[in-house]
Amino acid sequence: MRRALPPGTPRIAIAIVFLLLLVAPPFFSSFLLALLTQAVIYAILAMSLDIILGYIGLASLGHAAYLGVGAYSVGILATRHGAGFWVTLAVGVLLATAVAAVFGLVALRATGVYFLMITLALGMVVWGLAHRWVSMTQGDNGISSVPRPDLGLPWSFAAAVPFYYLAFAGFLLAFWFLRVIVRSPFGQSLVGIRESESRMRTLGYHVWLHKYIGFMIAGGVGGFAGVLWAYYNGFVSPADLELATSVEILLMVALGGRGTLLGPALGATLIVLLKNLVSVYTHRWLLILGGVYIGTIVYAPEGIVGALRQWTKLKGERAWAGK
Amino acid sequence: MSQIATADFWISQVFNGVSYGALLFLLAGGLSLIFGMMRIVNMTHGSYYLLGGYVALTVIWRGGHFVLAVLVGALAIALVGIGEWNAFLKRLSGQELGQVLTTMGFALIFQDLALVIWGGDPYTIPVPAALSGSYTVGQLYFPVYRIFIIAVAALIAVILWLVLERTRIGAMMRATVDDPEMARGVGINVFLISMAVFALGATLAALAGAVAGGFVGVYPGADFEILPYAFVVVIVGGMGSLKGALIGSLMVGLLDNFGKALFPELSYFTLFAPMAAILAVRPTGLFGRA
Repeated sequence: MRRALPPGTPRIAIAIVFLLLLVAPPFFSSFLLALLTQAVIYAILAMSLDIILGYIGLASLGHAAYLGVGAYSVGILATRHGAGFWVTLAVGVLLATAVAAVFGLVALRATGVYFLMITLALGMVVWGLAHRWVSMTQGDNGISSVPRPDLGLPWSFAAAVPFYYLAFAGFLLAFWFLRVIVRSPFGQSLVGIRESESRMRTLGYHVWLHKYIGFMIAGGVGGFAGVLWAYYNGFVSPADLELATSVEILLMVALGGRGTLLGPALGATLIVLLKNLVSVYTHRWLLILGGVYIGTIVYAPEGIVGALRQWTKLKGERAWAGK
Repeated sequence: MSQIATADFWISQVFNGVSYGALLFLLAGGLSLIFGMMRIVNMTHGSYYLLGGYVALTVIWRGGHFVLAVLVGALAIALVGIGEWNAFLKRLSGQELGQVLTTMGFALIFQDLALVIWGGDPYTIPVPAALSGSYTVGQLYFPVYRIFIIAVAALIAVILWLVLERTRIGAMMRATVDDPEMARGVGINVFLISMAVFALGATLAALAGAVAGGFVGVYPGADFEILPYAFVVVIVGGMGSLKGALIGSLMVGLLDNFGKALFPELSYFTLFAPMAAILAVRPTGLFGRA
């Protein structure tokens, strides 16, 4: 069961977009470049959630927690202990994976609405610590003046364009990693579990362990996005890991098309652009964002990728069978 | 912190915790029934709370009495809830993701509309003279308004219990919670019952918001501030259980109060972590039926 993209046009279109993302940014305005950097970081986060939502088939309402763990690892280690990029990266990703390992033990006992509610509660635990554990996190004031990273390479990532390329490289790395995962026999068994848990159990798969490993991978990659986010923003605050952020990541995945990796990346890009560009023109951008939430479910329940597939009548392996 | 040792400290903290729990029961009781019956994760519930407070405020500004304001707020939001349910949610049964995103969309829209209509300033709903002031017992103060909230919550709890356990429509509701298909099979209009329960949940949330307006105030952001508390109550108590909602509310109210008083740095942790522990043992909550 190869879940390859349909041959021909889509592949070429994707190649062109990747090429543009590689060569065009130095010519962009600093505003657009900033948005693009935010977009690729959120794309990593959305792709990591897609492992849980699109491949395991569970809707998590606490994914901002991993962004937060990664971001606070950087904020605390870089400003207070002078830690370098590689240290914060390792700590951020490992800590997020460890948090996911603990959360997974609790959350994966449940499915459906119960899974939603439990992940919501677990996300709130992390938010609560960020919000109130002032001696560690500086509470609502957040941790400011996080320096731009120094990778120990001959060139600096302080300026906007090099930092964009760092973030873009992180995106490519995350995309490659997750694509290897979902195309592996392990990833295919996740899809099998999503489609029919009882069948996979009968076939002798250790269903819970598969879900658990997938959940931890999603957490770790989410933490990776958090590390980049802290370095990009130079600032970490509890607002980054609110409930509303977790729902927004869900929207990114649903808007792009769950179970497709590139769909959620596209969804993340669109939402980041929408939020920032619309707010330039009107104060009422929340109304529009709210409309996008409802419109996604009404008009594109399978996301943009799903809608495109239907529209072009290309029959690539459907990511989400049935209605 | 020598104050911890005194009985006064414990009595006043328990009182504050119980009164906050009473408010949470008003907010979460309906949410629990909605969960139990329709499995809808309703992100708009906090918005009903906020809008209920704002509508009540407007009625008072126009010269209405406090009681009238609370009732108008509750009923107006019931209509909002019925509209939302009819237009969108009834088509999304069983689709958790669709429900979360749709109700989140509504929550953002309501948040922004409230900002347009009522502005960004915080307000307090003025309470009648009979409900202001406080009783003094020795060194302790018991604000009358907090006692009023406890009384309202107790009254609503009794009414809900009587309706659910002692009336025909309550039996239909319980049947629908337990097994919607069988309920439909024996001729219960599940569609109508579901809509009524959704409206009831919205009404209670708006009532909580209006009552809370005289206590913690009405302000932008109150919707998403209170929403996690409502969810926590429902998760701890178990979805669809009135008894669970009541005990969950009291637990959350007390945990929140004592957490903030004793461990200010870990206050949310002391609220959410015990809950995670409960869920680790009983994924369906204390009184939930899977």
